[in-house]
Order: sequence, then structure tokens, then C-alpha cells
Amino acid sequence: MIGLSLAYLKDRGLNTALNILLLALSVASLVILLLFSSQLENRFDKDAQGIDMVVGAKGSPLQLILSSVYHVDIPTGNVPLDTVVLLRRQLGVAEAIPLALGDSFRSFRIVGTEPAYPALLGASLADGRMFAAKMEAVIGADVAARTGANLGQRFVGGHGMSSGDDGPKHEETPFIVVGRLKPTGTVIDRLILTRVESVWGVHGIEDPGEDHHADHHGGESAEAHAEHAGAAEVTAVLVRFGSPIAAVRLPGFINRQTNLQAAVPAVEVSRLLALVGVGLDAVRAFAVLLMLTAGLSIFVALLTALKEREGDMAMLRVIGASRAAIIGQVASEGLILASAGAALGLLLGHGVIGMAAASIEQLRALGLNALTFHPGEALIVTSALGIGLIAALIPALRVLKNDIAETLANAR
Amino acid sequence: MPSPDTLTHSKTAQGPLVEARGLSHARDGRTVMAIGDWQLEPGAHALLLGPSGSGKTTFINIVTGLLTPSHGAISVAGEVMSALPPAARDALRRRTIGLVFQTLRLIPALSVTDNLALAQQLALGHVDRAAIAGMIDRVGLSHRAAARPRQLSQGEGQRAAIARALITRPRLVVADEPTSALDDANAARMIDLMFDVADATGATLLVATHDGRIAHRFANRLNLMAPVAA
Repeated sequence: MIGLSLAYLKDRGLNTALNILLLALSVASLVILLLFSSQLENRFDKDAQGIDMVVGAKGSPLQLILSSVYHVDIPTGNVPLDTVVLLRRQLGVAEAIPLALGDSFRSFRIVGTEPAYPALLGASLADGRMFAAKMEAVIGADVAARTGANLGQRFVGGHGMSSGDDGPKHEETPFIVVGRLKPTGTVIDRLILTRVESVWGVHGIEDPGEDHHADHHGGESAEAHAEHAGAAEVTAVLVRFGSPIAAVRLPGFINRQTNLQAAVPAVEVSRLLALVGVGLDAVRAFAVLLMLTAGLSIFVALLTALKEREGDMAMLRVIGASRAAIIGQVASEGLILASAGAALGLLLGHGVIGMAAASIEQLRALGLNALTFHPGEALIVTSALGIGLIAALIPALRVLKNDIAETLANAR
Repeated sequence: MPSPDTLTHSKTAQGPLVEARGLSHARDGRTVMAIGDWQLEPGAHALLLGPSGSGKTTFINIVTGLLTPSHGAISVAGEVMSALPPAARDALRRRTIGLVFQTLRLIPALSVTDNLALAQQLALGHVDRAAIAGMIDRVGLSHRAAARPRQLSQGEGQRAAIARALITRPRLVVADEPTSALDDANAARMIDLMFDVADATGATLLVATHDGRIAHRFANRLNLMAPVAA
């Protein structure tokens, strides 16, 4: 009877193809939304692990979080290097890690920081060693894979956060790759890590430590030292609290009493997701509506087809098909349609995610992955199959109520 | 009116394949078919003759168990149709009867071969491709085996329908107006074919028609009158 179902579906090919396409579009829409929202949320959580607060220049707190935690936006500005020292002195602060941004290599951000940063995100070395001296760099797994950079290889950063090969280069100050990180599934895979002093050096800013050293040996004036020390800035400071009291007290204190801005990733991300969520909910509702429309379309198609095939159904009964076999045959038509629609929808959904990640830099940076499956997809497929089955069973049961002799007589 | 039990003797004895006792059918209080007592021996070729509206199709529906008579009873292969539960009636029809309709009722989505295969699968639970090819060859449709019903001429379609009715090797082949849409030559050819194939497979033939052109081919005739008043 499956063969008969396939033959019937093939016999009205255009109708079958359109129904499959309609269902596939609804399944694909739901799959895209599910993958996008779940991967986004998952990525947000993973990238922000261990980071309780970010301190940076005044501006949009969301921008500060996006630029410093997720590395997808431009920074709000710079803050004095002293900020790191001050934060480390605060009671309840377990860790304060500076970030110095500004350059990139082949669109991968160069981040001036400390070895504590990869440790915070759970990154470990695949080979080589952690950066120690100025201009030494450790590259994330994606950077290694996409650039093919090997240990000992030198590269020159370009000015700007996402400069390709065409932007202005810092030719005089090349970096050297001393280590490669294992893949972590976090933003660090896409970063090039180096010492903060390397970033200063690239931009011609003297290291306050070195200034002090020079001054000590009788070189520079105190004014000049202060001036240079003042120029040494960082983009943001990632803070991990050691006590919950600090989490309550510090952000408010910084925002009210200083020229700095403190932003809490959890707060900003949930605000962002709530904003994005409204749009996602609207699209999700539309996709569900599309799926119901597809179900209705299958229902109408099968109802019309079975109306035309009442004589066939009666004949099948005459030549020996049981009622169950007739129901099974029609149900299998609905299920084949739904299965094909669901399979095509899954393929389409993952394909669109893959293409989006490949062509939109920001989405790739957020770690959107077409090969990741979400358990919720099983529910989407089950719903599609259920809709196909129900859409088929209603007309099947209706046809079975017909009197065979009467149907055959009318069809003669 | 005899009770259905009086007809069960032929199940074990070598009796008639079809036996009607006091058979008539009324619809909306009006008698639409009245046959009374009648029987058909195994291997016989019988003609059910009568004008339109005389109840030929009603009789065929009763013989095949698609309709329960309002009076009397009919047995097929020793089983009283009206006494069987629906599933057993379906099974008896599946095992014993092959049907040919005027409008063919071949499944349009399937090829000639697959129409026969489906009938075989439903009736016998398996498909014998060699037997199907042999039957298609016997009805002269080897060159049209892969064709869909809509691609066949009326005559080819009739032959395909006969082949489908016979592929399950039924003991009784019932044909309702198989020649009414055919010209003289094709009508004669169709009857020849049905006789040949039925004889070759040992099937009993019951043909209902108002087509006087083929009546002389049958020795065993059951004449139905025009509709009778209740």
C-alpha cells in the first residue's frame, strides 16, 4: 500500500511538490528560529562565563558588553590603566582582567590582555606556550584554522576591529605566534591574544613600566612620565566577584561615583534577548501559522484527491483491501508528505543557518553553527508528522463511511 | 422464504457455486430486483440479462456481498453472504470473486502491471511477477504493460480489467456490463477473451448485461424483468 501511496503522490506531482514545499518552509522557519535563539543564548552564556561585571568608558552598557565580552561591537572608549589597579583593590573583587582592543588580523580581533583571560573562559593550549613577552601572540582555534598560522609565524595587525587585508597595517611591529589554543566553542576561538603592552607598543604608546624604568635611569622628566602613563589605557576591565556583596554594591557605585561605566553581562544579555525575543516570538507565531496552513493545505489536497478517488477506494475494498488497509494507505500519503516536508525543512533550516553563518560575519562571530542539532527539532518534526497524519485521517475516515455499492454505482 | 441455513449444504458437498433462494431486494418500499430461486454450477458461463433498471447491478452487489438482500439469501462457495460478518464477507469476496466493471475502475496512478500486482497482493498476500506477465500476455497487453489506464484504449482497458479480475484465480468472475461501451467487433472479442481466460483458469463466469449482441453466446441465462411494483 505504500507503493500505491507513492504512486498517487507521483500522479499529482505538482500538488505534492507544493504541499511538501509549504510544509518545508514552515519547518525550516521554526528550525531556524530554534537554532538561532538557542545557539545565541548558549553562546551568550558560554562567552560570559565567569564574567560578573565589565568596566569601561561611559556609553551604552549593551555596547560595552557586546564589544568586551562578545567582541561583536566597537568599544565605548578607553579607560585609564589605573582602573585595573583600583578594581583589584576593591573588596569582593576576585579578578580584574584588562582588555586592550583596537586592531585585528584578517578580521580576527587582537586582544591585549593577561593569561588569566583564556583561563577564565576555560581555554587551554593545543600547542606552544602562553604569551609572555611583548609582541608574542596566542591564537584561538578558529584563527588557526582560518589563517593557517603556525607557531613561530609572524604577522602584522591592521588598524580597526574588523580590518581585512586592505586596511592600514602596523608593519613595524609584527606579532609572533607562540601558542595555539584548543577549540572551546567560545568567543576566544576567534581571538588573537597578546599582552596589553603589545597593543600599546603597536600604537606607539609607551609602557608605563618601561617609562618608569627609563626615568629611573635618568632619562625622562616626571611630567613626561605622567603624560605617558596617562596615555596608557585599556578598553575595558572584566571583573569576577569573590563575594555576592560586591555584585550588589560595585556596579551601582561605579556608575554613580566615577567617570567609568559598569555593566553586568547577565542583565544586558537578558535585556537584549528580551528585545530580540519579541521579534523572535512574532516570527515563531508566523511559522506556526505557516505550519497549520501547510496542514490545512495537505488536508484540502487529500480531501479533494479522495473525493476524486472514491471509486478507487471502493474498488480497493472490492478487490480485498480491509478498512484498516484503506486508512493506512491514505494515512501513509499524509505521512509521506509530512515526512518529506519535515526532512526538506530540516535541510533547508540548517542550510540557511550555514549560509547565514558563512556570509554574515557577525553571525559567524556569534558562533552560529549549522551542524548543531537541538532536541526541540524532534518536537517540530513530530508536530509536522502529526499534522500530516491528522490531515490525512479525516478525509480517510470520511471516505470509509461511504457505501461501497453506492459509490461504485455512482461512479459507473 | 428459506432461512440462510438451508443454503449451507453446498459448502461441503459438490454443489452449485452460487445459489439464490427466494431472492429479492426492495428499496424505499419498492422491489428493485426479484430472482427467487436460482443457481450457478462451477465452471458454467451464465448471462444475467435484462433492461436498464431491472436489477442486474443490484443482483451483482448481492452476489459479491456488497449489498444485503431484503428477502431471501444467496450463497457463494457454500457461504451465505448475508450471514457473514463484514470482515468474513470481505475475505470471501477477496478469495473467491473477481469483478469486472463497465467503467473498468483500474487504479489510474498505477501501470497495468502494478494494477494486477496490487490485486494479487491484496487477495493472495504476495506478488507473482511471472504470473502477472503471463496474464498480461494472455489478454494481449504485453506491449502496454507499463502503460497507465488513461493511456489505454477502451478495449485495452477492458482487457486489463479482465486480467486484474482473473490474476487472483477467483472461482467466480462477475462482469457488469463489460461490453456496453464497445462496438460489435470488440464486444465479440471481449466475450471470446473472457470465455478463454475463464476456461483456462477454471473460473465460473457470470456476466450481467442488457447487450443483446452477446446473449447468444450463453446457454445459461437468467432473465430479469423490468422493475416490478411492490
